Amino acid sequence: MSFPLLTATAALPAIGAVATAAVPAARRTAAKWLALIFSLATLVLAGIALARFEPGGARYQLTESHAWIKDFGVRYELGVDGIGVALMALTALLIPFVILAGWHDADPLETKSSRWRPTQGFFALILMVEAMVILSFEATDVFLFYILFEAMLIPMYFLIGGFGDRAHTGSDENAAAQRSYAAVKFLLYNLVGGLVMLAAVIGLYVVAGTFSLSEIAEARANGSLSMATGTERWLFLGFFFAFAVKAPLWPLHTWLPNAMGEATSPVAVLITAVVDKVGTFAMLRFCLQLFPEASKWATPVIIVLALISIVYGALLAVGQRDIKRLIAYASISHFGFIILGIFAMTSQGQSGATLYMVNHGISTAALMLVAGFLITRRGSRLIADYGGVQKVAPILAGTFLIGGLATLSLPGLAPFVSEFLVLVGAFSAYPAAGIIATTGIVLAALYVLVLYQRTMTGPVKAEVQGMADLKVRELVVVLPLIALLLFLGVYPKPLTEIVNPAVQHTMSDVQKKDPQPEVEAAK
Amino acid sequence: MNPVNYLYLAALLFTIGAAGVLIRRNAIVVFMCVELMLNACNLAFVTFSRMHGNLDGQIIAFFTMVVAAAEVVVGLAIIVSVFRSRHSASVDDASLMKL
Amino acid sequence: MENLIALLVAAPLLGAAVLLCGGRRLDRAGHWLGTLLAAASFVIGVVLFLDMLGKGAEDRTLHQKLFSWIPVEGFQADVAFQLDQLSMTFVLLITGVGTLIHIYSIGYMAHDERRRRFFGYLNLFLAAMLILVIADNYLLLYVGWEGVGLASYLLIGFWQHKPSAATAAKKAFLVNRVGDMGLSIAIMLMFTTFGTFAFGPVLEATGQTSEGKLTAIGLMLLLAACGKSAQVPLQSWLGDAMEGPTPVSALIHAATMVTAGVYLIVRSGAIFNAAPDAQLVVVVVGAVTLLFGAIVGCAKDDIKKALAGSTMSQIGYMILAAGLGPIGYVFAIMHLVTHGFFKAGLFLGAGSVMHGMNDEVDMRKFGGLRKYMPVTFITFGLGYLAIIGFPGLSGFFSKDKIIEAAFAKGGTEGWILGAVTLLGAAITAFYMTRVMLLTFFGEKRWQPDAEGHEPHPHESPKSMTIPMIVLAFGSVFAGGFFSIGDRFLNWLEPVTGHSHGHAPVSATTVTAATMVVLVIGVAIAWAMYGRKPVPVVAPRGSLLTRAARRDLLQDDFNHVVLVRGGEHLTRSLVYVDHTLVDGVVNGTAASMGGLSGRLRKLQNGYARSYAVSMFGGTAVLIAATLLMRAV
Repeated sequence: MSFPLLTATAALPAIGAVATAAVPAARRTAAKWLALIFSLATLVLAGIALARFEPGGARYQLTESHAWIKDFGVRYELGVDGIGVALMALTALLIPFVILAGWHDADPLETKSSRWRPTQGFFALILMVEAMVILSFEATDVFLFYILFEAMLIPMYFLIGGFGDRAHTGSDENAAAQRSYAAVKFLLYNLVGGLVMLAAVIGLYVVAGTFSLSEIAEARANGSLSMATGTERWLFLGFFFAFAVKAPLWPLHTWLPNAMGEATSPVAVLITAVVDKVGTFAMLRFCLQLFPEASKWATPVIIVLALISIVYGALLAVGQRDIKRLIAYASISHFGFIILGIFAMTSQGQSGATLYMVNHGISTAALMLVAGFLITRRGSRLIADYGGVQKVAPILAGTFLIGGLATLSLPGLAPFVSEFLVLVGAFSAYPAAGIIATTGIVLAALYVLVLYQRTMTGPVKAEVQGMADLKVRELVVVLPLIALLLFLGVYPKPLTEIVNPAVQHTMSDVQKKDPQPEVEAAK
Repeated sequence: MNPVNYLYLAALLFTIGAAGVLIRRNAIVVFMCVELMLNACNLAFVTFSRMHGNLDGQIIAFFTMVVAAAEVVVGLAIIVSVFRSRHSASVDDASLMKL
Repeated sequence: MENLIALLVAAPLLGAAVLLCGGRRLDRAGHWLGTLLAAASFVIGVVLFLDMLGKGAEDRTLHQKLFSWIPVEGFQADVAFQLDQLSMTFVLLITGVGTLIHIYSIGYMAHDERRRRFFGYLNLFLAAMLILVIADNYLLLYVGWEGVGLASYLLIGFWQHKPSAATAAKKAFLVNRVGDMGLSIAIMLMFTTFGTFAFGPVLEATGQTSEGKLTAIGLMLLLAACGKSAQVPLQSWLGDAMEGPTPVSALIHAATMVTAGVYLIVRSGAIFNAAPDAQLVVVVVGAVTLLFGAIVGCAKDDIKKALAGSTMSQIGYMILAAGLGPIGYVFAIMHLVTHGFFKAGLFLGAGSVMHGMNDEVDMRKFGGLRKYMPVTFITFGLGYLAIIGFPGLSGFFSKDKIIEAAFAKGGTEGWILGAVTLLGAAITAFYMTRVMLLTFFGEKRWQPDAEGHEPHPHESPKSMTIPMIVLAFGSVFAGGFFSIGDRFLNWLEPVTGHSHGHAPVSATTVTAATMVVLVIGVAIAWAMYGRKPVPVVAPRGSLLTRAARRDLLQDDFNHVVLVRGGEHLTRSLVYVDHTLVDGVVNGTAASMGGLSGRLRKLQNGYARSYAVSMFGGTAVLIAATLLMRAV
C-alpha cells in the first residue's frame, strides 16, 4: 500500500495542534515556533501532493479508501481533483503566513483587567482549522465532508470569540460583547446552514443508498440511480443553502462583516481566504456533480443572487467606515464573482472561478494582513483615524496599495486573470449578467482608492506621526504573497493546467457545452 | 353483586385522591392522596381481572404495590429531609426548582 | 530582429522594478538609471525602425510570441507582440518624447526627496505604454491600458500630501475605469463573436458577422477611448490631472497616454469601417470634445489647465479624424505625432515658467516673462505657432489635412464637420494667443507668494532647456518632413488603408479659410489681452466664461448626480443591510427569545400546578380518545 499522502497532509497539522496545545504555559515562544514548523511541514507535504498530481490523469488521484461506519455505508474516502489539490495547496500556503502575522496577537496583555490569552490555544486552533479544511478539500465521501464542514465551526468559533481585535472603540466590556455577538452570529448562521444540509445528506442516503461520491456518479452514469426531479431539487436546495451561507451569498452574508471586523486580522484571513472557500468549492464538487439537473434549474436565481452580491457588496464596501468591515464587504462582492463563474457553466467561468478562489485567497490575505499591521500600530479600525501614512511608513503604504490593486483586479496581478475569465464565461452564457458584473470593477476601484486615499495620503495626522514602517517579520509575511500575486498574474499557466481537466469533468457532469463563437458557428 | 359497582368505587376513590393532590398543601397529605389514587387503580385492576376472567390485572396490582412501597421509601425520605431543612412540609414552599 | 521587441518593454520595466524596490541606496543614481533605460528603449526602437525601413512594405510587420498567458479551454490569450508601422510610430514617439522628459525631470525634480520613485513611476509608465502599442491582442492591450492608468494614478498623486492631488489621482483612475469597462465588454463581445481577441483574426473576420454586433463592439471601444483620451463625456479627469508634476502632464497627459484612445480606434479600423453607426458616434464625440476643450481652454487662468483644455480639443480633432474612416486614419495619427511634439514642448515650457516663478500657475500673475526666460520664450513660442497652425510648421500640415478630410465626408455632415473644425481652429488660435500674451508679454504682474517670497524669474537649467529645444525642432519641422512626398501616408497606408474623398471645396480654399479664421482668432485675443493691461484678479466675466471656468459645469453635474447620488445610495444601503437584511435575522432570534421567555413562566416551581397540568392533559387525552371513538 502506498504512503497515504492526503491523510498525512491533514493529520500533520492536527498533530501539530495537539503538540502546540500541550506546550507549558510559560513557553509561549516555543509554542509559536512549533506551530510555524508544523504549518511549514504541512506546506511541504501539500507541495509534494501538488507535484505528484498529474493534470492529465484520472479524475481523482492519490485516493485512499477505508471502511468507517459499515452499517451506514460511510467510508473514509479521500481523493483530489485539480480543483481540490489547488485549494488544498492554497490553504497549506496561507497558514504559515497567518501564523507569522498573528505572532503577537495572542500574547497575554500586561494589564490585569484584560482576559488571559492562552497563546498555545490560539495557534493550536489555527492548526486545527487547517487540518479540517484540508481534509474537507480531500473528502470524496459526502458524510465525511459533512462532518468536517460542521466541525470546523468549533475552532473558528473560539478563534473569533476568544481572540478579538485589540483595536476597538469604546470600553473593553463593550468590545467583548460585540465580539461574542459576532462569534455567536457566525456559529448560528453556519449551524442553521449545516442543519439543512444534514437533512439533505440523510435524504441523499435514502435515495442513493451510499455516501460515496464516486459510487453515486457511477450509479447515475449507468442508469441504476435516477432521482425524481422534485427530490433532486429539494436535495440540491439543502446542500446549496449550507454552501451559500458559508460562501456567503446575498442575503445570507451579514455574519461575515461582523466576524471579520471583530476577529484579529489573521483570523479574518482564515475566515475569508480559507474557510469560506470550502463553501464555493463544495458548490462545484457536490452541487454540480450530485445534482446536475437541479443545478441547471436553479441557475437563473443563483446568477441573480450572485449579481446582487457583486454590486451590493461593492456598494456597501464604499459606505464602510471600518477598514476591516470594508474588506469584508469587498469579499462578499468577490464571492459573488466566484459563484457567478461556477453557475455560468462555461469552461472559462468555472476555470475562472477556481482561479478566483486561489487568487482571492492570496490577495485578500495580502490586503488584510497589511491592514492588520496598520491597525495594530494605531490601535483603531476607523478609516477616519488615519491620514498621511504614506509619508511616515512608505513600505507599509506601498504594500497596502499593491494589496488594494490586487483587490481591484489590476491586470498584471493574479486576480485580473480570474476575474476576466469569470466575466468572459458569464458573458458568453448570459450577456446581461456579464455586463452587470462588469460594473463591479468600477466599484472595486472606488472602494479601494477611497480607502487608500483616506488612510495613506494627505497631510500626516498627529496620531500617525512616528508610526514605524514594516518590520522584518511583517515583510516576510507580505513580500512572498505579493511575489505570488505577480507571478500568477503574469504566468498563471501552471495553475490553469491543473484546473482545466477538473473543469472539463464538471462540465461533462452537468452536460453543458461552451457556447460557440458566432463566426465559427456560422461555418 | 355487579362488579361494575367496584369500578364506580375505584373512580370515586381516584377522584378523591386527585382532588387531594391538587388542593392540599401538606406534603404528607398529598402523599397519602397519591397512595389513595394508586389503590384506586389497584381496585380497578382487580375488578377488571375478575370481569375478564384472567390474572393479568391481579399481577399488575402486585407490581403497583411494589412500586408504591418503593415510592413511600423514597418519598418519605425526601419529605423528612425537606422538613428538617425548612421546618415546613408545605409543597408550595419548595418551589425553587424553576427557571 | 523579432527578439528585440520584448526588450523594448523589458528595459523600462527593469528600471521600474529596480528603482521602486531598490530603496534609498539608489537615491543618488536612480534618476540616471531611469533615464538610461528609457534611452536604451529608444535606441532599440530606432534599431528596429531602421531594420523595418530596409524591408518592403508588405513584410514589415514583426511578430514575437513570448508565452501562452491564460490557456483555458476555448480561450487563448498569449503574451505576444506585433510591431507594424503603426506600432512603430508610437514606439518612437513614446520612447523619444519619454526620454526627453526623463532628462527634463532630472532638473525639474532635483529638489524632490522622492525623485528616485518619480523615475520609477515614469519607467513603469513607459513599459505599460509600450505594451499597449505593441500588444498583438486586445487582452494584452488591456494590460497596457490599465497599466498606464496605474502609472498615471501614481504620478498625478505623486505629491500625495496635497489632498487635491490625491483626489485628482483617484478621479482619474475611476473615470478611466469606466472607460476600461467598455474595453472589457468589447473584448467579451469579440470573444463570443469571433472566439478570439487577437488583432489579426478579429480584424480579418469582420465581414462574417452582423453590423449590429460590430456597432456594439465599436461603441464599447469608443467608450474605452473616451476614458483614456479624455473625450466627452469622460473628459472631467484631465483638468484635475494637472495636479501632477509638469513633466507628467507633458508626457502622459499631453503627448502619449491620452492618445491611446486614438490608437485604439485606428487599430480597430476594420471594425469601425464595417459599422457606420459607430463611426458616426465617434465623429460626434470628437467634434463635441473639440469645441468643449477649446471653450474650456479659453477661460482657464491656470496655465496648465488652459493647456489641458487644449489637449482635449486637439485629441478631439484626432478622434474626429479617426471617425471619418480610411480618409482620416493617417491624418489622425499624423496630428497625434506632431501634437506629441508641440504639446509636450508647451507643457515643458509651462513647467519651466513655473520653475522660475515659485510654482505659480496663475497666468494673471505672470506677464512680461520673455525678457527673463528667453529660451523658454522661444521654444514655447515655436510650439504656440505650431499648434495654431502657422503655415509651414507642424500643426499646419496635420490640422489642415483633418479639416480637408472633414469636408470630404460629404453631404450636410461634411459641411457641419468642416465648420466645426474651422471654428475649433479659430478658438485654438484665440486661447493659445491668450496664453502667450498673458505669460510672456505685457507688464510684469507677479506678486509675493503667501510666505512673502518675491519670485525671481530665471531661465531653467540646461537639463530642462535642451529637451525643450529638441521638441521645438520637432514642432517646427516634423509636419513638413512628414508631408513632403506624402511620406507619412505611404508609411502608414499598408496598416490603416487610405482613401481619397471628394471634397466639395478645393484644398486651397480650405487652407485659405483656415488662415482667415486663424487671423481672426489671434486678432480677437490681441484686442482683449494685448492692447490693454490685464487685471490680476479675474473679472467676473460673462455667463459662458463663468461656466467654462467650471469646466462647463460638467463637474458640478457629476458631483450632484454621481457623487451625491452615490453617497445617498451607499448610505441607504448600509442602513438597509443593518436594519433589513440583518434585521430579519436578528428579528427571528428576538422573537424566538420572546417566545421562550413566555414559555418559561409556566415553570413556576409549584408541584401542585404541575399536577394540575398533568391532570388536565390526561383529561384532554381521554376526552379526545372518547371523542374519536364516538365519531
